[in-house]
Amino acid sequence: MDSAPRRLAQLPLRTPCSVLAVHGSRPVRRRLLELGLVPGTRVEVIGVSPLGDPLELEVRGSRLSIRKKEALTIEVKT
Amino acid sequence: MNARIALAGNPNTGKTTLFNRLTGSQARVGNYPGVTVELATAELALAQRRVTVVDVPGSYSLAARSQEEQVAIDALLGLGDAPRPELVVCCVDATNLSRNLYFVLQAQELGLKLVIALTMIDEAAADTPNAEQLSALLGCAVVGVIARTGQGVDELKKVVERELAAEMPRPALRFEPTPALRTRIEAIKASFPQDWPASDGLALWAITSAGGDDELVLPESLRAALTREIPNDEAGCEVDDETVLGRYRWIDANIKPPTKSTKARELTERVDKVLIHPVFGFAIFLAVQLLLFKALFTWAEPLMDVIEGAFSALGEQVQALLGEGIVTELIVEGVIGGAGSVVVFLPQILFLFFFVGMMEDSGYMARVAYLMDRIMKSMGLHGRAFVPMLSGFACAVPAIMATRTMERQRDRLLTMMVVPLMTCSARLPVYTLVIGAFFSPTAKALGIPVQGGLMVALYLFSVVIALLAAFVLSKTMLPTTSSALILELPPYRLPRLGDVARMMWQRAKAFLQEAGTVILAASIVLWALLNFPRQHDQPTGHVAIHAQSASAQVAAEELPASDLLNHSYGARLGHAIEPVIAPLGFDWKIGVGIIGAFAAREVFVATMGVVYSVGEDADEESEGLRDKLRNEAKPNGQPAYTPLVGLSLMVFFALACQCVSTLAVVKRETRGWKWPIFLFTYMTGLAWVCSFLVYQGGKLLGFS
Repeated sequence: MDSAPRRLAQLPLRTPCSVLAVHGSRPVRRRLLELGLVPGTRVEVIGVSPLGDPLELEVRGSRLSIRKKEALTIEVKT
Repeated sequence: MNARIALAGNPNTGKTTLFNRLTGSQARVGNYPGVTVELATAELALAQRRVTVVDVPGSYSLAARSQEEQVAIDALLGLGDAPRPELVVCCVDATNLSRNLYFVLQAQELGLKLVIALTMIDEAAADTPNAEQLSALLGCAVVGVIARTGQGVDELKKVVERELAAEMPRPALRFEPTPALRTRIEAIKASFPQDWPASDGLALWAITSAGGDDELVLPESLRAALTREIPNDEAGCEVDDETVLGRYRWIDANIKPPTKSTKARELTERVDKVLIHPVFGFAIFLAVQLLLFKALFTWAEPLMDVIEGAFSALGEQVQALLGEGIVTELIVEGVIGGAGSVVVFLPQILFLFFFVGMMEDSGYMARVAYLMDRIMKSMGLHGRAFVPMLSGFACAVPAIMATRTMERQRDRLLTMMVVPLMTCSARLPVYTLVIGAFFSPTAKALGIPVQGGLMVALYLFSVVIALLAAFVLSKTMLPTTSSALILELPPYRLPRLGDVARMMWQRAKAFLQEAGTVILAASIVLWALLNFPRQHDQPTGHVAIHAQSASAQVAAEELPASDLLNHSYGARLGHAIEPVIAPLGFDWKIGVGIIGAFAAREVFVATMGVVYSVGEDADEESEGLRDKLRNEAKPNGQPAYTPLVGLSLMVFFALACQCVSTLAVVKRETRGWKWPIFLFTYMTGLAWVCSFLVYQGGKLLGFS
């Protein structure tokens, strides 16, 4: 298993991973953290909108949609 | 005065259904001061006493960036003008505990007296903690409810009544702040105004909310302390990390993630395989939108005809009862006609909100945003703006009301500013008249029949201009402060008809009470403009404001009506604006038509009918009116109206904000005159410039 840190948007679909850190601007970062994307949380990209963006994530048993741009701010390890 | 209790929690937790369950059908919808966030309150009868329930907008966190998000903390703590609730019922989705408890922890840090309504317990996995376990864990009352069936609601009421008598809990943090954060908390608390509760929780709220370009309204002393304590985003991120992580660490230590997927989840996954499928997903989406469009355009029409018929019959009755006279005319045409022009919107509003309610409550609306985000985003619009934009083809009034489906004020405003550019059904009679009068049915250009081609071109033109306008406005007037999309895709659920019906009713009522009065007043003013002054010796010819509210009295050839109109204040205004509209190829008679069209665009046809003495019954198919327009000559004998003038006129009607009802409903939704005035100014300015370019450009190219 690859354990080097990568960004959530760079992983192939359906690759379970866990959050290492969230970067990006403070307001968006805070909202992502508050929705439960804190370090250590399991997360998986389970779908992409038919037009290529946004993504569908599974986190803490619920489904969230965020754009690739934001998914690039989420550092994960598989 | 009744004690107040607040109902709060995450979105998609069944909060609205629970509110409806608790309060029956008598909610009052008001507004939080200063923002366009609606505030529903209702009375609730408990065994011994009555309380007032306030529905706090659903959110994932109490932390706020904007004034509209700040509404939640103000309502829960009674800051600002809001009275402080004595108890907060917090909806917690049992299928989504960890994220929902995040909100609960924030509320406990503030020292709120909580009763937790644990919803969706019928869907939760077997290993989910039950109400007693959660109650022991959180140290507050927890009642399991199924809002959909009403199970547990009676017990919830009992517990609320019991807890109202209990002591206030002490604010409690679930994590130990580091010394650095502790210092900041104390400094922030010291800057609170006297009437603010000096809790650690409120200090944490301020620390995590404020910063950068937030739009919060905060006391000056607090603002100064925040700038001092959190000087930059780096420091901000540090406190965010500590606070958010601190809460989630406690949650994760106490709540095990569900091991098995719930039934609702599994069903949702199967449905989503189809509904967000690249091919079927879009096909179904288009089918749903087509159905919505069909309802607004076709199914609403017979109902609208019935309403118009009823109001004109009422008018005739009143006329017969009161006899001739100026008061009768005022009542029949000004008041009854005006009221008719308000009520006639109801079928479309009700149909649209039926669809919006079903889409929202089923969870489908979130998928619409998911599917359309990429396209809409490129124009600066929210994914959910699609439904209002499409509805704009039928009528801007319900479409503007449907912008409520978006949470952020900025997204709503942007959509409201471009929806009126879509070709609404009221523009069709104008286009039909002008195309029929100025363009030959046999003419072809590039092998396409000119008449049909023009109609299609006008529709395309309106879409292109609306999207361009959205793009420009999103770069200038309404820039995004945070352009991120963070959207929950909730499990699909069967909508409850009661909830949908209630929303339809509330929207309709708000429209009648608030926008309706403005429309009625404007209709009366316009009626007066076109009917006064009058000479005493004149017969009682008159112009109906409403195209369809035909008066049996005025025969098609009766001249006095046009005499009256042509000497009215409206006509004087038409003459007065002639210098302004002459460069567009319009004369004062079109000017009168444009003024009359403010009541509703289709009135243009009726007004022109009266100006040209064909009678107000003239419709867009009327040969008499077409001939008159075709034969109208300038003083030098040349035809006054040419295809070029026709084109310029249609471009003007496509772009100008010729609609009092649209302005009234924008005023109602934005709570002020700023945005309707801006809308009117920019659309009419755009219309003038484009018509000018068409007419003057056409002349330069050698068209007449």
